Amino acid sequence: MTDARASDGGTPADARAAGGDTPMDVPAPGGTPQGGTPPADERARVERQARAARPAGPSVLSRVGQARHLGLVVALALLAVVGLVTTPESFATSSNFVSILALASTIGVITVGMTFVIIGGGIDLSVGAIMALASVWATTLATQSYGPVVMAVCAILVGTGAGLVNGFLISYGRMVPFIATLAMLVAARGLAQRMSDRKTQLVQADNSAIVDLSTTRVLGLPLLIYIFALVVAVGWLVLNRTTFGRRTYAVGGNPEAARLAGINVRRHTMMLYALSGLCCGIAAVIIMARTTTGSSTHGDLYELDAIAAVIIGGTLLTGGRGTIIGSILGLLIFTVITNLFILNGLNTSDQLIAKGLIIVIAVLLQRRSLETRT
Amino acid sequence: MSDLLVMRGIVKQFPGVRALDGVDLDVRAGEVHCLLGQNGAGKSTLIKILAGAHQPDEGTVTFGGEPVRFAGPIAAIRAGISTIYQELDLVDGLSVAENIFLGHEHAALGFTRRGQMNRAAAELLGRLGHGEMRPTIEVGRLPAAGKQIVSMARALSHDARLIVMDEPSAALAHDEVGNLFRIIRELTAQGVAVVYISHRLEEIREIGDRVTVLKDGRTAAVGLAARETPTSTVVSLMTGRDVEYVFPPRPEPGSHDNRPEVLRVEGLTLPGRFADVSLTVREGEIVGLAGLVGSGRSEIVETVYGARKPASGRVVLAGEPVRPGSTSSAVRRGMGLAPEERKSQALLMDESVARNITIAGLGRYARFGWMDRKGENAAATRLVETLDIRPADPRRPVRTLSGGNQQKAVFARWLVEDRKLLLLDEPTRGVDVGARAELYAVIRRLADQGVGVLLVSSEVPEVLGLADRVLVLREGKVIHESDARDLDEPRVLDMIMEGSAL
Repeated sequence: MTDARASDGGTPADARAAGGDTPMDVPAPGGTPQGGTPPADERARVERQARAARPAGPSVLSRVGQARHLGLVVALALLAVVGLVTTPESFATSSNFVSILALASTIGVITVGMTFVIIGGGIDLSVGAIMALASVWATTLATQSYGPVVMAVCAILVGTGAGLVNGFLISYGRMVPFIATLAMLVAARGLAQRMSDRKTQLVQADNSAIVDLSTTRVLGLPLLIYIFALVVAVGWLVLNRTTFGRRTYAVGGNPEAARLAGINVRRHTMMLYALSGLCCGIAAVIIMARTTTGSSTHGDLYELDAIAAVIIGGTLLTGGRGTIIGSILGLLIFTVITNLFILNGLNTSDQLIAKGLIIVIAVLLQRRSLETRT
Repeated sequence: MSDLLVMRGIVKQFPGVRALDGVDLDVRAGEVHCLLGQNGAGKSTLIKILAGAHQPDEGTVTFGGEPVRFAGPIAAIRAGISTIYQELDLVDGLSVAENIFLGHEHAALGFTRRGQMNRAAAELLGRLGHGEMRPTIEVGRLPAAGKQIVSMARALSHDARLIVMDEPSAALAHDEVGNLFRIIRELTAQGVAVVYISHRLEEIREIGDRVTVLKDGRTAAVGLAARETPTSTVVSLMTGRDVEYVFPPRPEPGSHDNRPEVLRVEGLTLPGRFADVSLTVREGEIVGLAGLVGSGRSEIVETVYGARKPASGRVVLAGEPVRPGSTSSAVRRGMGLAPEERKSQALLMDESVARNITIAGLGRYARFGWMDRKGENAAATRLVETLDIRPADPRRPVRTLSGGNQQKAVFARWLVEDRKLLLLDEPTRGVDVGARAELYAVIRRLADQGVGVLLVSSEVPEVLGLADRVLVLREGKVIHESDARDLDEPRVLDMIMEGSAL
């Protein structure tokens, strides 16, 4: 998992942050470790008291939801404190900030799609493989000859198409999501290897517009971070403000009730997987921009990171409940941990152990908040 | 007789609600002790405390002379208290025998002794009068009544001294209720005590010895004589009202004859469930289906709605055929269904009342898929008021509502948009007396507004009292059709049970 990350993390910004060769040893304003902690803890404590003081009213549910996100924010703040203490000269730099977001953007886009699928009661194991396939397909010589726009459209269409196949097998072929997407994982990766002949395909100089997404900066941030932000924003709006989002919760929470309420559950399920595939296609564009390549080895084990981020973010694996914001916070926690381990020059194996522990702790804490709810 | 179980001053507090506020209960060995109360009175919480699923915040429980405090369900079972829940807690993928002995399998060195277990299960089933049920069959393939029997057998397998039954008759047909009573009498003759919860007062009169009435988390009356206490006393203890069933007035017979047909079903057949069913519902008319469990009544309704696909026959709504097997097309065309199992088939338990109400009509509150949340909330609030859903807060999670109010939320779902036809399957199951009358009034009001209603109920008085026209079903066939006023309960019971093994 980390190998893959290190290989995609090869942009200049990442290298600089990892090497710590930006001598910005001045901490960010107010960013001393001692000065940074109390407010966060204090706020959490005050909020907790305020929550306890208020009588438990009808909106208990929403308040628990806020508390859950609050926990994730506190965890993120704690990690930031760790970064400030251990590597004060390299953590709180704008270039490190950018590198964290760039690292998060690829899986972040996938995580948005995964959140929809999991809230809808499913699972998508094929996301990494679909992204790899899309990146390979878009970087074949034939596709590249049509220019960067066609490459991006091709990646998105391939991703959406593969997602549609998943959805069709699950909805109309009545396959278990785990199995159907497992099959897609294997097959898409194989197809990607075939198409690329197991070689890494470079984005040609004529199509450098793709690579510009990671090198062109607006207000100090590479364009691909804006793409990430846009996908998150659109995902949030669709989930919370549209009939599609509302039906997603219904289909995941109680498929039989959804069906008897007149929702076309099968069609909706198919669209959820297509949406996940679409996100993989967008992620493929981002990975091409960051690595300047399309490769069948891209995105190995991304499915696990994406699922972990969704679960840490408080989405139930059984469906029906969850939030995009939670998933993104979960992903940021993961990414910051990766970043901290790289900055401190620590063993990547320990990093995996730490991530495993975080998943367990997050789920245990969520179960407690679930129990207080009932 | 000595007191087997004594509960004193039981208090249970949940976030935001005091479910029990000082409840007393005395149960003697060998008696059938009935627990009565409206939905939300605290019956479920009380029996969960008995079963060890909840721990009381205050109060004492004495069982068999010893003070007890059950840490969990296993502790309660070990002590000799078995509970049969309303929502049956069976594993669908396991066999009947495996379910009966779940958690205390006959085993040697960790290997289950299936032969022995199957024999023991067959014996227990025989004791329950269901020797014909094969212990090796998968529970998921049994109908609701069959699952009930398995739950009973499981309780028996624990050698319980006290068996708690939460609405055991709700899923049973009339003859099966008789069988249930025979089993209960057999148990009590052996000194086992039964705590019996039911909304059907006539059952309590038949099987019960004493009655404890709960109201708003408190004990309203302890140990009333089940047979001698007049119904009016019991009902007023529960509700403060003096009436049992109140059916709204019906229009004159034949007054629908000239109105257009909303629904025409022709020769509908689903092999193994029902055959060649034809019926019509006119505008403003309530048509009732009476029949036993397994007579095909729920399946007919579900097929009309598109939740099942018929082998042959057709469904015509307002003059145009309906696409078979598509609920979304049924809803688009103006049908609505309140299904039999409220919790598993109708409600999104994690969501708010408002979201449960609007889920079937989302399109109405959206433009190009974009939700108009103000409009949605306003509509939900209006419907909560119209149907008097309590507490009157649409943002409240629907799981915190009582059964009657949950059912009203399901009704409200179909009032968002004008419906041509409403299919109501057991609309008052698990609903207390007071809320029933309100639901009846709502159903009649809808019909008066021109909606056609197809009603299914296992309670014959309900069908006869509410419907204009009644179809009697037996073994998947319509055997009688007439105006509801021309029928009475004994006659209908005669018809639906004639030919069935007694």
